[in-house]
Amino acid sequence: MNELTQSVEQAVGVPFVAVFTIFVLAIYVGYYVVWSVTPALHTPLMAVTNAVSSIIVVGAMLQTITFNGEITLTTILGAIAVFLASINIFGGFAVTDRMLDMFKKKK
Amino acid sequence: MQNFAQYADWAYLVGAILFILTLRGLSSPTTAVAGNRYGMFGMALAVVATFFVAPNPAMLLIVVAMVLGAIIGLYRARTVPMTQMPETVAMMHSLVGMSAVLIAVAAVLNPDTNFSTVFRFELFIGCFVGAITFTASVIAWGKLSAKLAAKPLKGIWVKPTQAILFFAMLGFGAHYFIADSLQSFLIMTAIALVFGYFWIAPIGGGDMPVVVSLLNSLSGWAAAGIGFTLSNSMLIIAGSLVGSSGAILSYIMCKAMNRSLLNVLFGGFGASASAAGGGDDGVEKNYKSGSAEDAAFMMANADSVVIVPGYGLAQARAQNAVKELATVLKEQGVTVRYAIHPVAGRMPGHMNVLLAEADVPYEDVCEMEEINSDFASTDVVLVIGANDVVNPAAKDDPTSPIYGMPILEANRARTIMVIKRSMSPGYAGLDNDLFYMDKTMMIFGDAKKVLEEMVKGVTGGGH
Repeated sequence: MNELTQSVEQAVGVPFVAVFTIFVLAIYVGYYVVWSVTPALHTPLMAVTNAVSSIIVVGAMLQTITFNGEITLTTILGAIAVFLASINIFGGFAVTDRMLDMFKKKK
Repeated sequence: MQNFAQYADWAYLVGAILFILTLRGLSSPTTAVAGNRYGMFGMALAVVATFFVAPNPAMLLIVVAMVLGAIIGLYRARTVPMTQMPETVAMMHSLVGMSAVLIAVAAVLNPDTNFSTVFRFELFIGCFVGAITFTASVIAWGKLSAKLAAKPLKGIWVKPTQAILFFAMLGFGAHYFIADSLQSFLIMTAIALVFGYFWIAPIGGGDMPVVVSLLNSLSGWAAAGIGFTLSNSMLIIAGSLVGSSGAILSYIMCKAMNRSLLNVLFGGFGASASAAGGGDDGVEKNYKSGSAEDAAFMMANADSVVIVPGYGLAQARAQNAVKELATVLKEQGVTVRYAIHPVAGRMPGHMNVLLAEADVPYEDVCEMEEINSDFASTDVVLVIGANDVVNPAAKDDPTSPIYGMPILEANRARTIMVIKRSMSPGYAGLDNDLFYMDKTMMIFGDAKKVLEEMVKGVTGGGH
């Protein structure tokens, strides 16, 4: 385990436990925030969390890179992932907006 | 460019906070719209920041991919009917899963990647969670949109197959981890894709609300896994938020059906229900039926009416008709409210959206806990296209397969009216004693037509 944590620290320059701390605390934040969501809005919640998890686009962009000016299979796979994640980002936020508008207009 | 890179982590921090505010906003419809805007802004911030940290990004390729994705996504978001939201959400989960797989494979093929052992471990987790999410979501989409049979895949070979695939997947993953073999990685990914199918195919269509919530959670964990690989705090935070959100929704859905998650995933509900339901047959029970006009007359003269909508309402496309009935009843001075069971639609909160689309006021729509104590003092309960969620056997009959499931206590109202196509049982295959009570009136027919006749009856009777 020591060897493992050391190697990841060398690779990214951040202690593994620091990254893991963020992970654990974020789960706690998610737990409390989501319980406060009103049940009437659970469908918009699912749509918007879909858009949020498409933050994976950041990982896709980091693979859509050229190597000495050349496009490789990595670049192509990354670009397809950017495409798929973008459908979700735009679709997810837009459909959530459309649903929330339905809840709002009676006011 | 590199000068900006050091600020990227700050941008990611702001983005993560904006995502938390997005979910926080959903605590009320009035703050939710602003919350959604925060989410868009956070996403834009993260994408722009990433342009500055990516080494030699293929700018043109990224922009073209994003624009194409935006066109498809925005088109779908504008045009999708609200009744099709469950399958749309399932489809979106599959896209997140597929993206995670592609990113993981791209990273393995990437010559610049630093392959430490921990890196391989995280990559392997992100990839197989993504792969399972992908095929499982495609199956869920097929079942929800009725493109695939909703019937569960059955057979004694199903569970051993699941186990063999699962352990084979872990085995090849471990081999990749130890030997850094590209082949093992690809085989593991392929097995994970097949496993996703065998995992969801044995689960019946009626359990899809739980499955969709669970896949929501998985898509979040896949994003968090990729975040670990890239040591990117924003991916980890966003992924964890989504992961816990989906987990909570799965828990709420399971609780509303009085079942454990393990029971949904590994136990066939259909089998136990038909075995126990068989005993009820053979006894002829009497029920009273009435016309829409009679029902309209009674409702117009009531003080309070509670409407219990089920998915049958949406199938009959009768949301607007029900809203119209409520409007004319209110004009007669009747208090009209709606009672929503957590599993009333095909996904969490689905019925609320369907009613909101028909312009039903948000204040009139009550959750189960809010309204259950009011049924005893309610004059008329109108049940439309719902069955198991108002079945008193869930409270009274310990031998019933749905015993213990929380229900809307419609049976305690003074008069109960049920709009139904026929006396056929609901999804669980159970008979419902509510239909045979002395104070219950059955109104047979298509929900939309019956409701329209009721509207005529109420307006005609008032003048």
